[in-house]
Amino acid sequence: MLSVKNIHANIDGREILKGINLDIKPGEVHAIMGPNGSGKSTLASVLAGREEYEVTEGAVSFLGKDLLELSTEDRAREGLFLAFQYPVEIPGVSTTNFIKAAVNEKRKYLGQEPLDAVAFLKMMKEKMALVEIDQRLLSRSINEGFSGGEKKRNEVFQMAMLEPKLAIMDETDSGLDIDALRIVANGINKLRSPDRAMLLITHYQRLLDYIHPDFVHVLYNGRIVKSGKKELALELEEKGYDFITDDIDLAANQ
Amino acid sequence: MKEKPDTLEQAVLTEYKYGFVTDIDTDVIAKGLSENTIRLISSKKNEPEWLLDWRLKAYNHWLKLEEPKWANIKYPIINYQDIIYYAAPKPKKQLNSLDEADPELLATFEKLGISLNEQKRLTGVAVDVVMDSVSIATSFKEQLSEIGVIFCSISEAVQLHPELVKQYLGSIVPMTDNYFAALNSAVFTDGSFCYIPKGVRCPMELSTYFRINTENAGQFERTLIIAEDESYVSYLEGCTAPTRDENQLHAAVVELVAHTKAEIKYSTVQNWYPGDKNGMGGIYNFVTKRGICKGDHSKISWTQVETGSAITWKYPSVILKGDYSIGEFYSVAFTNNHQQADTGTKMTHLGKNTRSRIVSKGISAGHSQNSYRGLVRASKQATNARNYSQCDSLLLGDKCGAHTFPYIEVKNKTAIVEHEATTSKIGEDQLFYCKQRGIDAETAVALIVNGFAKEVMNQLPMEFAVEAQKLLAISMEGSVG
Ligand SMILES: Nc1ncnc2c1ncn2[C@@H]1O[C@H](COP(=O)(O)OP(=O)(O)O)[C@@H](O)[C@H]1O
Ligand SMILES: [Mg+2]
Repeated sequence: MLSVKNIHANIDGREILKGINLDIKPGEVHAIMGPNGSGKSTLASVLAGREEYEVTEGAVSFLGKDLLELSTEDRAREGLFLAFQYPVEIPGVSTTNFIKAAVNEKRKYLGQEPLDAVAFLKMMKEKMALVEIDQRLLSRSINEGFSGGEKKRNEVFQMAMLEPKLAIMDETDSGLDIDALRIVANGINKLRSPDRAMLLITHYQRLLDYIHPDFVHVLYNGRIVKSGKKELALELEEKGYDFITDDIDLAANQ
Repeated sequence: MKEKPDTLEQAVLTEYKYGFVTDIDTDVIAKGLSENTIRLISSKKNEPEWLLDWRLKAYNHWLKLEEPKWANIKYPIINYQDIIYYAAPKPKKQLNSLDEADPELLATFEKLGISLNEQKRLTGVAVDVVMDSVSIATSFKEQLSEIGVIFCSISEAVQLHPELVKQYLGSIVPMTDNYFAALNSAVFTDGSFCYIPKGVRCPMELSTYFRINTENAGQFERTLIIAEDESYVSYLEGCTAPTRDENQLHAAVVELVAHTKAEIKYSTVQNWYPGDKNGMGGIYNFVTKRGICKGDHSKISWTQVETGSAITWKYPSVILKGDYSIGEFYSVAFTNNHQQADTGTKMTHLGKNTRSRIVSKGISAGHSQNSYRGLVRASKQATNARNYSQCDSLLLGDKCGAHTFPYIEVKNKTAIVEHEATTSKIGEDQLFYCKQRGIDAETAVALIVNGFAKEVMNQLPMEFAVEAQKLLAISMEGSVG
């Protein structure tokens, strides 16, 4: 589904990603872990098509298409979804209207008729139950004055509404208390399906107690330095990142 | 690597869609302004002596005045001798209805989206059409006159209802009010006249469509609306002009009178040619609009959607004279490229228990400057006067400016004046968020702007709300890329 080959990316002339390789097949859940500043959000942004980042080398194919050639919005319409680490507030635009626009833009791209009000409402009701989101939240301006937990829940709700092929979740667990974490994780689990892949970016392994990944990768200093099965996450939890990163720093200094 | 484009900047670039010129036989007088020009205009309109005298008085006063400098706008010196003060499409014959108008004219308005054919037109909307200096025709006149409503051009009102015109003309905006009002009083050519008799609720929207066509012509329109006791009227004006490199002057005066328990709702969708993306050309729009809530429990509500003009200088105001009277001002001003808008309102509370409400939404893009200027005044007698003002600015990009100049003068201790202001900016972060959801930048900006302007747009009469929304979307096209 997604094949990332030797991606290098810069911001303001500084290289942040230094050769990333990653293969994700339909139905798989991959976790990317790593210390702060290692480039996790950068990788998510590059895949989603944020213009500030310059890809200097490498290739990405997504569902058989050259991802880097697609505009940001077309990547989304093709089925790539990013749950943001820091969702932005858009005053004056209600969450419902925003999601409706998103759903219908995607349908238009796929050559489908826009959803009528009744069908859209029905879909909203279904998906709201999935992430236990409050209806009142959806009539408010998107993310404006939402608590951290509400913002994250709203991201997962949008993911449910947009039914992506590949969902990238950037620290969707951060800033959540244990109850909120459970609800969000449950929502995500319900959205797992054989033709949907997920890439979970997380700093802590606690999210992985709820969502069991098929593969775990450690990102450090712009490179994936170790990959393994879900046991790797437990090992990281136990020994900390240092047990991997020390070796690398040592090797780099020699 | 390709240059990273400023997405917002790209999206604001757009073509003005009403910029064509109609090739029509026009009666044009020579450029220049003097007593003779005024005599000529007055004689062409076959005016009574008193009106000519009034005009000449205004002209002589104007000569003593200086152009106001206090607004936050910059423009080269206007040469008032280089303007044509009268230009009129030559009528083939006297028109009895719009359907008889010159096909070229009908086609022009068809192209502007205004169908003048009565059968095809929006039911429930009567239209007066003014091209350059004259009113071409007014629809539904007869139906309206059956219930006593007078809706015609001001020129016609001068002929048919001189006593009303004489009583009210200049009674709210005196000829000495300001530089542009004096100029208008001297040279005004046409505009609309509405009179709603006592107890009548006008059953249709009354509207005027203003079109500038002739090169170098100024448009000096004059509108007068009188609502007698317990009457109601909703009036709307729209306007466009051709694309030209030279600036053209539009200096209008609008006067409203609401008697006891009367209500006037006045809406404007202003889309004069704004100039090109380098700031070349465009209309200078210097307008004085004022209403008086003369009787107790009367109400005047101004709603404006301003997207056009190179320069807008305009402060629709209300004098709240009657006790318990209400004044409202709802405004959306969108400026792009090098447009400059200095607009707002003046609420003058004289009566007891008067209330006013101001909602101003300024949207700036490109290199434009958008200023809100408002004055709320409560006199000594204005016991329990209340005002609430809200001024919000939205910036698209970082080369434009938004400014707020609220002035408050309160002389009565029981008066309460509240003012709130916010400034926000559409940022690249917000656009990225939208694009990541499959919403392209242009649609995203439209969503954000519509959300921002909603409270004002909701005030427009239903028939026009959709049009205004489209206009806003067109004006913004290209605001983001
Ligand atoms: N917009 C930006 N401008 C400059 N530097 C940035 C920007 N975004 C990220 N970086 C830098 O790139 C590195 C990786 O950041 P990020 O991808 O956010 O890491 P992570 O998500 O793993 O914590 C950090 O050193 C950070 O300072
Ligand atoms: Mg991060």
